[in-house]
This record gives sequence, C-alpha cells and structure tokens, in this order.
Amino acid sequence: MTRKQRRLYFVLLGMLALGGAVALVLTAISDSLVYFYSPTDIITQRIPEGRRMRVGGLVEEGSVAKDGKTVIFKVTDLSNTIPVAYAGILPDLFREGQGVVVEGRMEKGGQFQASEVLAKHDEKYMPKEVADALKKSGQWNDGKKN
Amino acid sequence: MHRFANPARFLRLAKVILPWSAAIALLSLAAGLYFALLGSPADYQQGESVRIMYVHVPAAWMGMFCYVAMAVFSAMALIWKHPLADLLAKATAPVGAAFTFLCLLTGSLWGKPMWGTWWAWDARLTSMLILLFLYLGYMALVNAFDDPERGHKAAAILALVGAVNIPVIKWSVDWWNTLHQPASVVKMGGPAIDASMLVPLLLMALGFKAYWVCILILRGRAEIAAQKIRVIRMAQIHAAAQAE
Repeated sequence: MTRKQRRLYFVLLGMLALGGAVALVLTAISDSLVYFYSPTDIITQRIPEGRRMRVGGLVEEGSVAKDGKTVIFKVTDLSNTIPVAYAGILPDLFREGQGVVVEGRMEKGGQFQASEVLAKHDEKYMPKEVADALKKSGQWNDGKKN
Repeated sequence: MHRFANPARFLRLAKVILPWSAAIALLSLAAGLYFALLGSPADYQQGESVRIMYVHVPAAWMGMFCYVAMAVFSAMALIWKHPLADLLAKATAPVGAAFTFLCLLTGSLWGKPMWGTWWAWDARLTSMLILLFLYLGYMALVNAFDDPERGHKAAAILALVGAVNIPVIKWSVDWWNTLHQPASVVKMGGPAIDASMLVPLLLMALGFKAYWVCILILRGRAEIAAQKIRVIRMAQIHAAAQAE
C-alpha cells in the first residue's frame, strides 16, 4: 500500500467514524432538538403544567374566537387538539387552517397560555391563480400536516 | 482530476474559463434578478415577500455547495498533497462564508414578517449558523500559523470534520420539527414550487455558482502569485545570507 492510499483510507475511515458518532449523538438527543411538540406529544407524554414549551400544529378551522384582547383558538395535529389563549399581535400569516407554533405554558384545566405565536408556512410556492385553480379542481392537498 | 493539480495547467485553463464564467454570472444574475423582482408572480400565501426567496435560497445552496467544495479540496490536499488544492480550498472559504451570512441575513428579514420572529433556535437555523462559524474557524485557522503548510493542514482537517454538518443542514427539516418549512426544490416527488417561480430561482443559483467560479479563479491566481513571491523572497534571503 502506498502512502497516498494509506492516507486515503485513513481519511475515509475517519469520516465514517465521525459521521457515525455524530449520527448516534443526534439520535440520542433527538428529543431536545425538536423546535416544538405536537398536541399528541403533549397529551401522551403528560408534560407537567407550568413548564415553558412550544406546541405546533394547524389552527383548527372555526376555532378562532376573540375575547376582548385575548384570542382563543385550537391547535390541532388532526388527531388531538390543544386549546390556546393568546393576548398580543398575531403574525400576518395567522389564519384558520394555517400552521402555527405557540410558545407558553400549560395551565390547569388543559388550557395553553401562549406568550408568543409564530406562523409556520408550508414548502409550496405558487401564484394565487394557480392555488385557486388547484383548490377549484379539488387537487389541493390540504389536510397534510406541515 | 490529478492532471489539473498542476498550477501551470490551472492558470492556462483559468484563462479560458474566466470570460465564460463571468459572462454566465452577469447574464443569469441580470435575468434572474429581473424575473425575481419584476417578472414573477406574487405568492398565494406570502404575497410580495416571497421575492426574498430568490436571494435567500440560492445563497443557502451556495453556503453548502462552497463547503462541500472546500471539504473536497481539503481531502485532495491531505491525501494526494496537491499543491493547488489547499489554495483553492482557502480561496473558496470567504465566498462560502459571505453567502452563508447572506442566507442568514435574508432569512432573518424574511422570518420577521412571515413567521413573526427574526430568529428561532430550530435545527435548520442553528445548523446554518454553525456552518458560518465553521467557515470563520477555517479562515482563522488557515492564517494562524507562520508556516502556511501547517495552517493548510490544520484547516483542511477542520474542513473535513465540519463536513458532517452538511447533511444535518439538508435533512434537519425532515428529521426534527422545525419552524423552517421542509425543502421545496430538491425533494422526493419533484419541486413544490410553481415553474414561474422555479425558473428565476434556478437562474439566480446558476449566477451565484458562476460567480464562485470567477472568484475561485481570481483568488486562486492571487494565491499562486503570493506563493511564488514567497519562494522568491526566501531565495533572496538565502542568497543574501550566503553572500555575507
């Protein structure tokens, strides 16, 4: 084996070992790498009340209501929902059926008190006419969680 | 590949490629910017803000592309000791760092109106920030030694180690919940982006890549010249010392 070959195998092996190690570490700490939990995570994992966290999902259709300065809506992942209360400025993209990430605390009674609401949009980009045409022809794939 | 490791051959080839890459960069950036800013429709959801995408996304691709190029050059330098590979890796680093910074900056400007925040510590944004730090670390390390050989070697190892971050950036949006949306263009089942918006995006990406080729040639030439000067100076000092 020439020295060049030896160096080549050394670099390849090193990269392989490093990649494997990083993959193991990322898998192990995967839970803390997520930016938000889904309503199902919250309900099944019984996260303690009062802990600050983020919940993400879609704003349930027909759930948005105003109560004075407070907006009340439900965040859903299409299998479970969490009721959320928020007093503050909503992002422009906030609307029913839209992806959203709320940050705050779970209160007694299962109500989520949000201190921040972030809008999340999907990976689709298209002109309005195309979106309208797709919706009209029934090819709009909307129930998908983003 | 080994044929092109010869600096003289690189300089000859560079002379031929440079006008072409400059022309491609100029034309596709001009056309891309026109379509991005004026000739493309507004988005159904984001309205006119979507135009930030035409700089943000190609800049992000450039940040990752330059890093991969830098890692490949570094590997070539470590394994085959090509004299040119170190210089090209070094020449690529500031380009990649600049585009990564541009990506983070435009992303922040885009995040505020769309998401409602300038910054979020989600996996995609954080791994992109790490990429910027890797570039900065590379640039600091490559210049940190009096002996350029040692600087090149240490920086090449850093570039290879940091390469594990690239797949993490690419698939962070699929592996973990992130505020950032999943990939729109390079994904299974084809792009989720309308052709009228994909064309300017790809034009911009092509323009950025051609720009990188230009900079690589210009900076590569400068590095070769600097190395020649260093060799001549050393010879002069050596000759002067012997004459005494």
